Amino acid sequence: MPQEYRLILKHLDQPGYTPDLDCYLRHGGYEALKKALALKPATTADGKTLTAPEQLRREVSLSGLRGRGGAGFSCGMKWNFVDRRSGKPIYLICNADESEPGTFKDRQIIYKDPHQLLEGLIISSYANDVHLAYIYIRGEMHEGARILNRAIREAKTKGLLGQNILGSGYDLELHVHRGAGAYICGEETGLIESLEGKRAYPRIKPPYFPAVLGLYQCPTIVNNVETLCHVKHIVAMGGAEYAKLGTPNNTGTRIVSLSGHVRKPGYYETEVGKVTLGELIFHEGFGGGLREGRTLKAVIPGGSSAKVLKAGERFKIKKRGPDGRDVEQQVEMLDLPYDFDSLAAAGTMSGSSAIIVMDDTTDIVAALANISEFYAHESCGQCTPCREGSLWMAKALRRLTHGEGRAQDADYLAKIADNIPGGRTICAFGEACSWPVQSFVAKFKDEFVAKGAADEAKRAGSGVAATPEMKIAASPQL
Amino acid sequence: MSFNVPSKIEAEINELITHYPQKRSASVMVLHALQDHFGHISPEAMEWTAAKLGLQPINVYELVTFYPMFHQELIGKFHLKVCRTLSCMLGGSFKLHEHLCGKLGLDPHKHGPQTTPDGKFTVEFVECLASCGTAPVMMCNEEFYEGVTTKKAEEIVARCK
Repeated sequence: MPQEYRLILKHLDQPGYTPDLDCYLRHGGYEALKKALALKPATTADGKTLTAPEQLRREVSLSGLRGRGGAGFSCGMKWNFVDRRSGKPIYLICNADESEPGTFKDRQIIYKDPHQLLEGLIISSYANDVHLAYIYIRGEMHEGARILNRAIREAKTKGLLGQNILGSGYDLELHVHRGAGAYICGEETGLIESLEGKRAYPRIKPPYFPAVLGLYQCPTIVNNVETLCHVKHIVAMGGAEYAKLGTPNNTGTRIVSLSGHVRKPGYYETEVGKVTLGELIFHEGFGGGLREGRTLKAVIPGGSSAKVLKAGERFKIKKRGPDGRDVEQQVEMLDLPYDFDSLAAAGTMSGSSAIIVMDDTTDIVAALANISEFYAHESCGQCTPCREGSLWMAKALRRLTHGEGRAQDADYLAKIADNIPGGRTICAFGEACSWPVQSFVAKFKDEFVAKGAADEAKRAGSGVAATPEMKIAASPQL
Repeated sequence: MSFNVPSKIEAEINELITHYPQKRSASVMVLHALQDHFGHISPEAMEWTAAKLGLQPINVYELVTFYPMFHQELIGKFHLKVCRTLSCMLGGSFKLHEHLCGKLGLDPHKHGPQTTPDGKFTVEFVECLASCGTAPVMMCNEEFYEGVTTKKAEEIVARCK
């Protein structure tokens, strides 16, 4: 039977669990930090001597941890890319700018268990010889910033942060930095620019890989809130032991944010790949299915920039059989294991692990119009294809949802969306704004065409000519 | 030009600046502190920030026009931000927004933030507030509200005194 596996969320919803330090310490808090700081240099089987930070980095590599922010990149590899020979300071930034539509997992950790984040962050900083770190939190999370600041003060008082942490000789300063409502700050180089006090314009890579030229042109690590929390558990249980959770190449646990048309929306932590998309939506222990009399229409599996899945869609994915060989299997979308690789094989992504469920009452054109309006608002404006394209798409969708559409709008949308991604923009926002349009229009084309055609017929009947320059309502109201 | 930052706020800002190896990094935090106090970001506030951080006013102005949370106009005493994005839309945020606008005599179809003539309320549709599981959500100044029915919204408005 599919069930939750609460590693990160173990305590935070228990009755009486509070976000203060005493409560965290009563629940075994900061033991992993003590363990990390007590590590002595060790000699490996091949005769190499590893310092304590090197051992911690090795454990994270062994764990197979993949970033929980959206891209699913190997955390161990990200840390290994850091330029440690430049002589410049190394910075660590916790990305707490949770703003991918559909995602609300980091909020739970920040508000209910801030010390778990601090512990993971301090260990990660120690492992990477970092002495100055920042938590970049969404500007809208006023209370979250206050909770984190309180937690930092508590940790400092107890010698868990600041100078000479727990008598180890290791120093770390940590500050909370608030954003101011721009989604693009979630992109790591945009975030770095923003932290430098500039507009959050993502930087071009190469050369500006944060691991080499990040904050103030120094090597920088940017990790998501949940990723840093996993580091704490990896150190506590050991990388190899952690890797036994989840499935190969998709190790550990993951918090899934479930929203939209399900009976029990919320956040659920599972072993990665041990639960299917369908189980997350329909099982009693998770979403509990759709509301009375509704049927499933579509699912966005990984935050609003992930390509949509249509109910009943089938995919060919490779699965490892009992004999260890890969076998190609036909899988219905609901039977896709909810992990990084299976969703990628189905042409979409698990992204920030945010599932948005849409039932048969959903106007799919209006849903896409809503998503596109978001991206048009949030494009930073640096690259022409994204700046113009995201607006054009939102404009076409606005007219389709305001009775002013055309039958050919579906093709028009697809054409624009096909010309934004694929290396034409500095950052992945180009992909993020065009993937929903490409997938919605391809998979639900009849609805887009029908809506445009109906508008045209109506105009023909009323004697109004269809011109491309039709008056477009100023409001984004659907 | 008279632009007086109370000494308490200035002390707070001076402390903020120490968090960063480069002063410019504090820009957004300084603007937050000024907006929290003055209610909006005036040209004087931008010039003051620039002088404080050793920047040109344009370096500050370009932030105020980029980050959606900063506003140059005075807004209502109570700023109601309703989440507009997908999960909240599926959860009824458009109905909520329309209801709030109707209740306060504002036009739900108008773009951007709108303030009541008495300057008490500003209603604004904002992008995803990261609480999609409890849709629809809204904020009233710094307070955050989940699962906001039209009835609950009326109660929130009634408490704004």
